[in-house]
Amino acid sequence: MSAVAFSGVSKLFPGHGAGDEAVLALREVSFGVADQEFCSILGHSGCGKTTLLMMLAGFEAPSSGRILVDGRLVDRPTWRRSVVFQDYALFPWMTVEENIAFGLEMKRVPRAERRAIVRRNIELVGLQGFERRYPHQLSGGMKQRVSIARALAVDPEVLLMDEPFAALDAQNRSHMQEEMGRILASADPQVRKTMVLVTHSIEEAILLSDRVVVLTRRPGRVKAELRVELPRPRHESDSGFLELKQRIRDLIHDELEPEH
Amino acid sequence: MRPGAHAAAHPASGERAQPLAGLQALLRRARRLGLLAALIAVWWYVSERVLDRSTRALLPPPQAVLRAAWDLTRSGELWHHLHDSLKRELVAFLWACTAIPLGIAMGSWKAVEEQVDPVIEMLRPVPPLAWIPLSILWFGIGDTQNEFIIFLGCFFPILVNTVSGVKGVETNLVRAARCLGANVWQILWRVVLRAALPQIVTGVRVGLGVGWMALVAAELVGANSGLGFLINDSRTILRTDYVIVGMATIGVVGFAIDRAIRIVVRRLMPWSQALAR
Repeated sequence: MSAVAFSGVSKLFPGHGAGDEAVLALREVSFGVADQEFCSILGHSGCGKTTLLMMLAGFEAPSSGRILVDGRLVDRPTWRRSVVFQDYALFPWMTVEENIAFGLEMKRVPRAERRAIVRRNIELVGLQGFERRYPHQLSGGMKQRVSIARALAVDPEVLLMDEPFAALDAQNRSHMQEEMGRILASADPQVRKTMVLVTHSIEEAILLSDRVVVLTRRPGRVKAELRVELPRPRHESDSGFLELKQRIRDLIHDELEPEH
Repeated sequence: MRPGAHAAAHPASGERAQPLAGLQALLRRARRLGLLAALIAVWWYVSERVLDRSTRALLPPPQAVLRAAWDLTRSGELWHHLHDSLKRELVAFLWACTAIPLGIAMGSWKAVEEQVDPVIEMLRPVPPLAWIPLSILWFGIGDTQNEFIIFLGCFFPILVNTVSGVKGVETNLVRAARCLGANVWQILWRVVLRAALPQIVTGVRVGLGVGWMALVAAELVGANSGLGFLINDSRTILRTDYVIVGMATIGVVGFAIDRAIRIVVRRLMPWSQALAR
């Protein structure tokens, strides 16, 4: 059980005066993510969606409002909410294996078990044969696979992803999105995670999510919440997909016009 | 034109290209020593042809210096002085490594930096050599005095580089470690220290270099052994050949220390490309 609840979350970044004014990044954001649900947070760059995710992870505190996971207040990071970062954030001095094993070491998982979990996750993301490589020897797509495997290895209750595929080229991105869809579909429903994905790609959100939360421009507020009921695996050419895409695009396009 | 011709010639000549390529590489390396060879030739010319018998003692020719080096090596004297100097450098360096935990603390906690930084900024501009008079009064002539001066030379470069290395650690690396369950100490030891390591090593390289220079100065005036002492002692008896041998040893050893660190770095930190060269 790992339901996430944002209630009235605002974030104000204090300025330092003289041309550096305080910025209200998020205003009164409230929504929930059900247990085992895949939820995407969609919005323009600068709408505070990454800030929202970092607060859910526990790296930053909301200026007001509360974030609850399973009814407990989020006040610090924990392996129960592991993060996949846009820039991968792999430890460059560790091999692929060591990166994936890091969280398990922190959890004091015994060596033999650790090895088995690492192997399982390497297989899950399809990195067999690259166990001993260092991150600088890998392509962007492979690095992001390592990052996903590392985050999954600690067996989190909620997996947080911050634009995980944004830094990849178009071809790699759609490949990784497909793979992610495969991982989601194949994962044992018993151990299926609650997932929160931050993205600016409408297609990515529809492809992967059970639900999409659309944020407004700064200061970010919840503009709309949509359920995605399409059967998996989903294809960008399906009529239901296209229809939903158009709806979300209209919602976001609204945002391009200045608000009054 | 030339690279194209090379590429065409290689597959044709097959096996025989191998030793030829080796010879070429050797020649290319030797060419880098051209200026050095020219300078030694000028030295030889000045000493042998320009200076007369009475002034030649001020600049003995290269072959005389080589002979002196051979004498000093065979008698064990050079080794004895080098050993003492290296020992002092090593002891002082080990003490100066306290700059690493201090630098990590300064880079990680604002409260520590606020207190320590003003002290450091006051002490840092004072050259190690300016400490020699006090150092001699405090520690007398000998190892401790020298080690103190080398320590001062080593400490600040290591500290400054550690602090800036720690501050430059990417936020997301620390965040990744935190959300994978690492506590404060695990983050400092497993992430911050490693991530800052390339720059800490830069500090160590600079520190050892400055320390090595400070060492010789400290030995010139406050020691009974060591390469600095050898130089100064030889000066008093006008053995300029020994003086030059001492100087050359300092240069070669300083160079070798720096090279050794680079090789160790390349071995132990294959992921750090910044230092690979």
